[in-house]
Amino acid sequence: MNPAFSVLIFTTLSGAGYGLLTLVALLRMTDAFPAVRWLGFTSLSLALVLITIGLMASTFHLGHPERAWRALSQWRSSWLSREGVMALVTYMPAGLLWLGWIFWQADNHIMSLLALMSALGAILTVICTGMIYASLKTIPQWHNVWTVPVYLMFALMTGALLCYAISLWFGLPAADGLAVLVLLSLLGAWAVKWSYWQAIDTTPKSSDIRSATGLAAFAEVRLLDPPHTEENFLMKEMGYQVGRKHATKLRRLALLLGGVLPFALTLLAIAAASGPFWIAAVIASLAALSGIAGVFIERWLLFAQAQHKVTLYYGQPTA
Amino acid sequence: MTSLPQNPPAKRLGLVIDLDTCVGCHACVVNCKEWNTGGYPAPLSDLNPYGAAQSGAWLNRVHSFEAVYEDNANAARDGASQSQSRTVHFPKSCLHCQDAACVTVCPTGASYKREEDGIVLVQEDLCIGCGLCSWACPYGAREMDPTGGVMKKCTLCIDRIYNEEIEEAQRQPACVNTCPAKARHFGDLADPDSSVSKLVAERGGMDLMPEMGYRPTNKYLPPRPRRDSYGKQGGANGPLESADPKGGFLGWVDRLLSDD
Repeated sequence: MNPAFSVLIFTTLSGAGYGLLTLVALLRMTDAFPAVRWLGFTSLSLALVLITIGLMASTFHLGHPERAWRALSQWRSSWLSREGVMALVTYMPAGLLWLGWIFWQADNHIMSLLALMSALGAILTVICTGMIYASLKTIPQWHNVWTVPVYLMFALMTGALLCYAISLWFGLPAADGLAVLVLLSLLGAWAVKWSYWQAIDTTPKSSDIRSATGLAAFAEVRLLDPPHTEENFLMKEMGYQVGRKHATKLRRLALLLGGVLPFALTLLAIAAASGPFWIAAVIASLAALSGIAGVFIERWLLFAQAQHKVTLYYGQPTA
Repeated sequence: MTSLPQNPPAKRLGLVIDLDTCVGCHACVVNCKEWNTGGYPAPLSDLNPYGAAQSGAWLNRVHSFEAVYEDNANAARDGASQSQSRTVHFPKSCLHCQDAACVTVCPTGASYKREEDGIVLVQEDLCIGCGLCSWACPYGAREMDPTGGVMKKCTLCIDRIYNEEIEEAQRQPACVNTCPAKARHFGDLADPDSSVSKLVAERGGMDLMPEMGYRPTNKYLPPRPRRDSYGKQGGANGPLESADPKGGFLGWVDRLLSDD
């Protein structure tokens, strides 16, 4: 599958934003994040900006972005529609939480309820994003049990990295606990991703060129003449090959930037906690940036390594 | 509504495509483009149509495959009959699936399946051009219009088959009408007495990628086994006639013109 830049930006940034929103909301509920104006402004604004940039980017790959609102109508059958609805619904409690926290520094049951609704909305939106891909039977590398956990765990991981950096910048006692969460989510996310890679590498292909053409009575079927001499939409959109060629190297690079480096930097930040606060905070911020860059490469691979069944009609023997 | 029709459509209009008789001439491809670029899904645009890297939206394509029979090696050794291996020309357009995932994934309701005859259509003024329906289709039946930014697909020539302005004999899809080899047939596959259903029953019509579970309406007729006469003396593809005729007029000419 062709990794459209806008879709990679969308799932990476909105994933980090929803992860951060979930954690900040839960930390506010449990008072680990106090109802202090500038903390709320920084953490919630960052989450909402990331989410909004992501959602805006997702409309850039549409043929008619001005009709994007119509995507809210078919939530009964379409995961893409459900995602759009959940994204908008989540803005409501998250926006009210932002207002209450920043303008009134409110700390009451209503705020806790808004925080809970924001966290739930964020998690459900990420699940919907994952299900858009997991529901497509035509792409076996997406249509499996690991796809949704991959999206969820990377959202948690990048959200935790950002949340940890923020807690250090504000010198909050919650930073110690968040450091542990960062390390655990890094391990968890890459364990899930590793399982995903194992699964797609070992699952046998379920279709071949013989079933695609109905010529199962023949021992071997090969494409002799393609139907057109130039690339068409299908070949550009679904026949993408570059990522598969460099898959092993890119997997290592994603793991290095998205896993090993943030893990090492987080340990370094923990060690630097006794020194001036800004040193640890800068290190944790770098860890977050590295983690997001790693997830971006991971997302690119998720597309580039996905082989669509239509490639059977363009010379691939199995899919 | 992008949910599939609650009641299964009473009619299942579709195509039956004969892989035995298709000669791969691409007439159906061209006539489809010609009709539809002025019909329901108009226009089907092309980018750089006369240049080096042209691309555009087409609703019907013909792929050509070589199909190798498993007894190929044995047949060649025995010499009894020539190989069953052959070139198969393979026309492909929307299969108007009964469980059409392209319809259910659509977030806007632009993609829908008609309850009355099962035809899958795109209502273009609702389409946001997200491309998800093309991802959901294993058959490559949908192509994005490069200038319109909306999805295009086979309409089964809905503006021909119900068109009372044209002769009754012409009220079938353009690809069926134009096929010089009569390799494409149009009809109601829900009616067991229709000519297309009978063809499917008679010739063992099959689904493409049945393992996907989309239950395509269109069926494909497999290539027939080669006739026994193939490759034998006197058969259509037998050896050439003898260059040394005995008797008759040709024998007399042969003797006259020979040196001795």
